Amino acid sequence: MTAVPNLPSAEPYLRQWTERRAGLPGGGLAWLAHQRETGIERFRAKGVPTPRTEAWKYTNLRALERIAFQPPAANEAALAFVSPSALPSVLPDGAAAVRLVFVDGRLHAGLSRTEGLPAGVRLLGLADALAREPGLVEGRLGRIASDLVEPLVGLNSALAEDGLVLLVDDGVAVAAPIEVVHLSATGDRAVAYHPRSLIAVGKGALVTLVEHHLGIAVGPAAGATFANHVTEIEVGAGATFHHYKVQREGQGAFHVARTLVRIAADGHYDNFALTSGARISRNEIHARLDGTGVMCRLNGAYLIGGNQHADTTTFIDHASPECGSREVYKGAIDGDARAVFQGKILVRRGAQKTDGYQINNALLLSDAAEIDSKPELEIYADDVKCSHGATVGELDAAQLFYLRARGLPLEQARALLIGAFLHEAVDEVQHEAVRDAFHAMLDGWLAAREASA
Amino acid sequence: MIEIRNLHANVDGKPILKGIDLTIGAGEVHAIMGPNGSGKSTLSYVLAGREGYEVTEGSVTFDGKDVLAMEPEERAAAGLFLAFQYPVEIPGVANTTFLKAALNAQRKQRGQQELDAMEFLKLIRAKTRKLGMSDDMLKRAVNVGFSGGEKKRNEVLQMAVLEPRFAVLDETDSGLDIDALKIVADGVNALRGPERSMLVITHYQRLLQYIVPDKVHVLAFGRIQRTGGKELAEELEAKGYAEFGVAEAAA
Ligand SMILES: Nc1ncnc2c1ncn2[C@@H]1O[C@H](COP(=O)(O)OP(=O)(O)OP(=O)(O)O)[C@@H](O)[C@H]1O
Ligand SMILES: [Mg+2]
Repeated sequence: MTAVPNLPSAEPYLRQWTERRAGLPGGGLAWLAHQRETGIERFRAKGVPTPRTEAWKYTNLRALERIAFQPPAANEAALAFVSPSALPSVLPDGAAAVRLVFVDGRLHAGLSRTEGLPAGVRLLGLADALAREPGLVEGRLGRIASDLVEPLVGLNSALAEDGLVLLVDDGVAVAAPIEVVHLSATGDRAVAYHPRSLIAVGKGALVTLVEHHLGIAVGPAAGATFANHVTEIEVGAGATFHHYKVQREGQGAFHVARTLVRIAADGHYDNFALTSGARISRNEIHARLDGTGVMCRLNGAYLIGGNQHADTTTFIDHASPECGSREVYKGAIDGDARAVFQGKILVRRGAQKTDGYQINNALLLSDAAEIDSKPELEIYADDVKCSHGATVGELDAAQLFYLRARGLPLEQARALLIGAFLHEAVDEVQHEAVRDAFHAMLDGWLAAREASA
Repeated sequence: MIEIRNLHANVDGKPILKGIDLTIGAGEVHAIMGPNGSGKSTLSYVLAGREGYEVTEGSVTFDGKDVLAMEPEERAAAGLFLAFQYPVEIPGVANTTFLKAALNAQRKQRGQQELDAMEFLKLIRAKTRKLGMSDDMLKRAVNVGFSGGEKKRNEVLQMAVLEPRFAVLDETDSGLDIDALKIVADGVNALRGPERSMLVITHYQRLLQYIVPDKVHVLAFGRIQRTGGKELAEELEAKGYAEFGVAEAAA
């Protein structure tokens, strides 16, 4: 057998794999070892994606390739100063929130809190699950992700150490939102980590999860971070899963997140991403509608500037008849920043009475700001209602003047108009308390932006 | 109070205002009438500081301050208000949010304490009631889906809340029904006082029966062609602007 030379972009990660494979969590589990092997081979074959791959045409990871990322160090000590009340939350009293906190992808037990969950809900870290109760995740972990042959998903499968495990039994309703905080510790080292999360919402169950992704400085230098997330989600028949995310990682962060969802009949999946962070981010969601009567909402709002790059990539697979999907993404792009929207809707043969709606609106706040927008409808059924639209605009001069003529300084007038534009997307959040919290967060971002202008 | 001297302005490189001279003293109300396209709205935009309206000559002073050197928001904070001929729709911004932001932005610029939510609510309720407006219009997005008359009323509401010291009303009477006209005129008259001045742009003498002006000016071809008392409005209503067309051709 002639050895094919490894791609340069893959080399550092393959070296890590060789060094660390024996010590990764769940080492004794054959099924997991097999998944890790499959994963690393998928990564080895392609390396870090390049724009030559259609799916990565608009998001170039060359900047990421240039950085020699290392695995995370034990940062618990460095984070001793973080108090639970300083962590982000959608609740008025964050300290009371049920939440898991991960630092560089590893569960931080001291900052986490799982008391107060109703019976029938399991919330724990993947590493703990693999060590103590592998039966909880066996047969589930990798079930959806294995269908997506993609190098960074493969890399995640190979190197995953920890992540969120949330299992909700049939019929259980969890009233308060559960939160997960992912802290990327920025210090003198460039750190890459690969969280793997698994969520299963049982038949007729109801649960809300809010993810917070942010950087936290642990040293004077602001090194790069690379968070390579994969989250697998099963939404059971008739279940409702509100799944929200706030991504405000630091300016040295690379954030690549794949969320892979399967929704059973009459299930409701409600996803919203509020984004302002990271140097390069990709929020990629694949949702398969696996029974009749499903409603799938994928929405988001982003506010970026400087040299940021924010990519939203969605794929909605209408595999069953009589389902609805709705996508509303709105973004404001300033400075030299660039946004990408790729939204594919596939309506399979037999998926009659599909009702799909997709809209993507971008507001360019500077001459250099850019968006690449690629909506894609692929329809193989004849009795469907599908629409999509994309707009790119600027702030309206007449509106700005009207506001200024009433006394609003230019930056405040701009912030008000940008806010009006983005808040409209936030209105898509179906959970009222989270919606209010997101509106408030967005106002905070706009105020900070205005103050620094 | 406001002094406009030899004001020339271009729009898109085209001269529209060709030497306006106009002085309005404290407490005075002046009216401007004139044919379509004569430059009335252009004058109002120049006073408010709209981009694209290029002043090529002349000056405007307000309480001795050089208006033309000020940003639009500074003019507003100094007490200058323009009721737009075509109020702008702002989707996604509630009317109350807008009014509160405007009032507090002005107060902040003037070094006054900003109003809190409760104080503002009290103020706005009182003003709305006076103008016969519904609370519903406060919750709706600024001017979005408002009828022509509602938009004009909303301009007057803004004026009532902001209490400017010099207000330009650009055809605020157009599109109003008779009852609304009276309400709007009452709103305007309520603001009249020895410290406040107004410039009322209108095509109709009817408004001037409710808001009785101290002076009436005829603006045509970018200049004030004639100035008189309120009887000039009646004369114009009867005879039209033919006289001024002749004047321009001879010039
Ligand atoms: N952006 C523009 N480009 C070119 N010409 C313009 C522009 N805006 C206004 N004008 C011209 O300037 C002139 C004056 O317009 P203005 O709106 O001031 O008139 P007005 O007296 O307010 O008329 P009306 O009674 O119809 O409201 C008109 O001939 C108009 O066509
Ligand atoms: Mg006009």
